[in-house]
Amino acid sequence: MEIPAELEARIDEEITHYPVSKRSATLPLLHLIQEHFGYIQDDAIGWIARKLCLEPINVLELVTFYPMFRREPAGKHHIRVCRTLSCAMVGSYELLDTFCKHAKIDRHHNGHGTHILKSEDGKYSIEFVECLASCGFGPVCMINDDFYEAVAQDEVPQLLEKYQ
Amino acid sequence: MVSTIRTPHPREKRIIFKNIDRPGWTIDIGCYLADGGYDELKKAFTMKPEQIVNEVKASGVRGRGGAGFPCGVKWGFIRPGGTKPVYLICNADESEPGTFKDRYIIHQDPHQLLEGMIISCYAVNARLAYIYIRGEFPEGAKILERALAEAKEHGFLGKNILGSGFDLEIYVFRGAGAYICGEETGLIESMEGKRPYPRIKPPYFPAALGLYLCPTIVNNVETLCNVKHIVRIGGAEYAKMGKPNNTGTRLLCVSGDVQKPGYYEFEVGEITIGELINDICGGMKPGRTLKAVIPGGSSAKVMSATDRYKIKTRQPDGTTVETEMGLEDIPIDFDTLAAAGSMAGSGGVIVMDDTRDMVWALNNINEFYAHESCGQCTPCREGSLWMKKITERMLHGGGVEQDTDTLKSVADNIAGRTICAFGEACAWPTQSFVAKFRDEFVATARKKGDGNGSTNS
Repeated sequence: MEIPAELEARIDEEITHYPVSKRSATLPLLHLIQEHFGYIQDDAIGWIARKLCLEPINVLELVTFYPMFRREPAGKHHIRVCRTLSCAMVGSYELLDTFCKHAKIDRHHNGHGTHILKSEDGKYSIEFVECLASCGFGPVCMINDDFYEAVAQDEVPQLLEKYQ
Repeated sequence: MVSTIRTPHPREKRIIFKNIDRPGWTIDIGCYLADGGYDELKKAFTMKPEQIVNEVKASGVRGRGGAGFPCGVKWGFIRPGGTKPVYLICNADESEPGTFKDRYIIHQDPHQLLEGMIISCYAVNARLAYIYIRGEFPEGAKILERALAEAKEHGFLGKNILGSGFDLEIYVFRGAGAYICGEETGLIESMEGKRPYPRIKPPYFPAALGLYLCPTIVNNVETLCNVKHIVRIGGAEYAKMGKPNNTGTRLLCVSGDVQKPGYYEFEVGEITIGELINDICGGMKPGRTLKAVIPGGSSAKVMSATDRYKIKTRQPDGTTVETEMGLEDIPIDFDTLAAAGSMAGSGGVIVMDDTRDMVWALNNINEFYAHESCGQCTPCREGSLWMKKITERMLHGGGVEQDTDTLKSVADNIAGRTICAFGEACAWPTQSFVAKFRDEFVATARKKGDGNGSTNS
């Protein structure tokens, strides 16, 4: 794992936000690493630990706790569909199915120990997540960092079209 | 996908949401300044910190995150002249199902939040502050970063702000998808780089032993925005809005089976549940009737439309009067909803009509809590999963006669037996759904499925 100089500069700047305890920078560093590499590799855990003068377990225990971190790459475009009550009442379960159908994701082919489903070509991955905080305008989803509300089932193909 | 511009309802009183969906409004600091932005910060620096704390106390504003604890009282726990540094953290982890108000403040009016925060930091003498924003708001985090940079350029942050001698830095801290980080001590653990296991109170009240075991104030986004307006009009004037002990305005987020779900701002207690649903939100969908309302986010106890509620209210002379009313007549404020056996919580109102299967709805909520329990306390870690397994099994036709009672028993053994309020948050839905819709649970438990896991509804 090579950390480019530009990323390391951002990491060093981020650490300055926590003058009292470098350990506070663990979560921010995990975000920066995942944004760059797409997932948290084994090497990254050791690297962050050394950077912050911690034991690797201090980093690993966060990776395994927080739902947003993943130990293997997601698809090129990652879709999150809200599962929780208000969205479920307006069809989020059906929306998940529709996304899977059009993104060619097999819902029954779940990798071991991961909650992320991927299409065979690796273009899309999907995840059913808890409340995304836009309950009045469901069903809502995120594609990468973009947020969409009131997504109709028949809008799914054109939505996926935007993410090549 | 719908348009994002939504016009306010004439009955609304928009203070915190004044700039949300306002034509021509942008997130630029120039736009905010042209509208009188940061004037309250300048005013705050003409006051002594303890004067601001007193104004906030006089305003009676209660925390908008869910617990409804008086903000001024919380601030009052910080002893002036202490030797340890004081920290302030803005809780922008908005993740209570049914709640979607802070999203709009962050995405459309970030400087209002920053101004409220800077004033609050000055009042409690915090020189370092953080905004803990949920990981699922990546755009919000970028907007806040940009707003912080703009504020710094204009001298509202950094050293010797506006010549006041007060120094302050604010940084954005992103969560990573865990609901428990909205619990203030879990949030603090998360910020210390640990798993967000909530701390036990006492002794770990954040105002005494918070971030890095120093005095820390954790306030919700909406609460901090209110501080700006309290400084603007004064605590006494602010307290005239709403009702005694339920002052100010409240952002209500309506979702579920109404014609016009959305976000609204009213004086606290100004409207009833019925007015909110029928007048503001356009009523139920055609041909449907109201069945149930969860009034304050998914943790709040569900209320049935057919029940009568006996509500005790304290009169100015100290006596209590009991009034009986239906669900639709209940005004939405902290005290009345608490007296009716539920809570105003985070302001997330979820409306359900007569087509809704209550076992299905509870199962959805149970799945949320089973996923989000941090796992620290056994009753919650195990119990939340058991409750989910039972409701799921019932839905799939595998119910047994005892399920209804078992659900209640599991929930009863979680509430009050955990370190943090998540125990109550996951037990209350089950306790209330089973109590209010018992017949439905009993009937579902008796139905048999096809053995293939398909639903029997």
